Amino acid sequence: MTAKPRKNPAFQGGGSIRPGGIYWMRYVIPALVFYVIFMAYPMLDSVRLSLYEGTAGTRQFVGFANYVRLFTDEVVSTRFWNAFKNNWVFFAYHMILQNALGITFAAILTNRTMRGRQFYQTLIFIPCTVAVLVTGYLFKIMMNPQWAKAPLENVGLGFLVHSPQGWLGDPGTALSAVSMVSVWQWVGIPTMMFVAAFQGIDDDLIEAASIEGANPWQQFTRIRIPLIIPVIGMVAIMTFVANFNAFDVVFSMETLDGAPNYSTDLIGTLFYRYGVAGQHPVGIPEPGVGSAISTSIFVMLLCGVIPVLVKTQGKE
Amino acid sequence: MDKKNVSSVKTDKTEKKTRSLRIMNMHIPYHIIMVLWSFIAMFPMWFLLINTFKKKTEIYKNFFGLPKVWTLANYEALFSGSDFLTYFRNSFLVVVISLFMILFVGSLCAYALAHWRTKTSRAIYYFFVIGMMLPIKIATIRLLQIMKALNALNTLFSLYPVYIAMGLPTAVFILTEFIHGLPGEMYEAGYMDGASRFRIWYRIVIPLIRPALATVAIYNLVPIWNDLWFPLIFITREDQKTVLLAVTRLQGQYSTDWPKLLTILAMSALPVIILYLTMSKQFVKGLTAGAVKG
Repeated sequence: MTAKPRKNPAFQGGGSIRPGGIYWMRYVIPALVFYVIFMAYPMLDSVRLSLYEGTAGTRQFVGFANYVRLFTDEVVSTRFWNAFKNNWVFFAYHMILQNALGITFAAILTNRTMRGRQFYQTLIFIPCTVAVLVTGYLFKIMMNPQWAKAPLENVGLGFLVHSPQGWLGDPGTALSAVSMVSVWQWVGIPTMMFVAAFQGIDDDLIEAASIEGANPWQQFTRIRIPLIIPVIGMVAIMTFVANFNAFDVVFSMETLDGAPNYSTDLIGTLFYRYGVAGQHPVGIPEPGVGSAISTSIFVMLLCGVIPVLVKTQGKE
Repeated sequence: MDKKNVSSVKTDKTEKKTRSLRIMNMHIPYHIIMVLWSFIAMFPMWFLLINTFKKKTEIYKNFFGLPKVWTLANYEALFSGSDFLTYFRNSFLVVVISLFMILFVGSLCAYALAHWRTKTSRAIYYFFVIGMMLPIKIATIRLLQIMKALNALNTLFSLYPVYIAMGLPTAVFILTEFIHGLPGEMYEAGYMDGASRFRIWYRIVIPLIRPALATVAIYNLVPIWNDLWFPLIFITREDQKTVLLAVTRLQGQYSTDWPKLLTILAMSALPVIILYLTMSKQFVKGLTAGAVKG
């Protein structure tokens, strides 16, 4: 028997106990191909596209003209800054209301001696499994004053009907209504993350504190909260990212235009109208302006996420 | 006599203490808060479900109440028409194929990244992990052009690669960490027995990482099933629509067929809710994965 001829060990890889990079690349490449072609490259190339104007056949380089239009043009910039402002209101609702509710529910649900915790936990999370479109349509129907007024008045809840045009038809309340529906739907996610975080705290710490005479409120604010700062940071980041992802909720409740009178227009719907569908009434999409919007989102995400990451995740 | 009295006072005191403890441990205010929120969380679901059993005329008159006349007509109408089954099949196909590819390609990649630990592999790993923070939506305009160039618009083939790419960052993150945490002797034993690396992957690694695969699957299942954005942009052809995309077209300009709309909404939500109720632990773990380390 003669030994097989030895090939370059780096290529043969699988035959050595520590195969080299060229061997392992075979396993990595399929994933890389999908990830690069359909996510990383289109994301980065959108930055380049934001410097061009027109569609495929007629594209020309225009420098920062799209950004100038987006930030200063009378029509476009009004829409952009309006959506930008609405997005911050939308974000504030989630950051404050949703996450405060989440922490409260989590604190209750991690109470060892309470019964029925599993049951409540299961129910709270159900809305998170349903499509935003479904819950959006449902709330739109339920908030319709034409239908809901009489039945609500019958059970003494008439005050829930706001005005003839309803919560969703009044520019002053529409954005709050949409935000609250979104808060209602997603509160389960921070709740579950905080539940996991609270459960991860060492019991001895709480016990030591209670022996030292700390009351439950002090235990909560001085020990449990400081110990879950990394998770709070993570929730804040997720809330911030999801904020720019929001589209379905406005689409289903208030149409693509962020009705009434653009009062619920978010960056997501603005991006769709300019970049994909074409702004009413012209109807011709402007990929350049759309890419400028998505690049702005990209920059805002980086500016928002990195400082929070560094501040809350560094000390491990 | 005196002694007895003292002891009875004592037991009385301890009894009082245990009783107050018992009452404290019932957590009445907490239960009030949770019952209230459970009601708020479930009310729209209840509203959806009961209205699918009403006749069209009754929905308008009896909005929030139980149906006076129960009817299955809405469901019959839905399942007798072929369009709904087509949408359903499309959604199902998209989820199953995308998930399979995410798990297949992702676990291969994670297997390599967990064993090949050099600067290059760390760089590739972090390249994937960054993707967890960035919504794929911001790539939409370029993706639309790519799909046009690939002639994939208006077919489900425009959706698979996008969902696969979208799922890979979390898949690589979760699976690499999981495989790295497995005891190394197992692979070395397999290797000593003459198994190839690929054989070790599917004979030893895959069975061991099943819990992590379930987490990744659920993490991606819900967003893919519930996604509206990409079908809305890529697909207009009737026989390629997903359930949610079809729903948006039911909201007519002048009249909306509410019973049909509500029944489709219910049918689109039901599979995921049932799946969730049967495996809620894995669901919660899956949907919050990637956020909590480990």
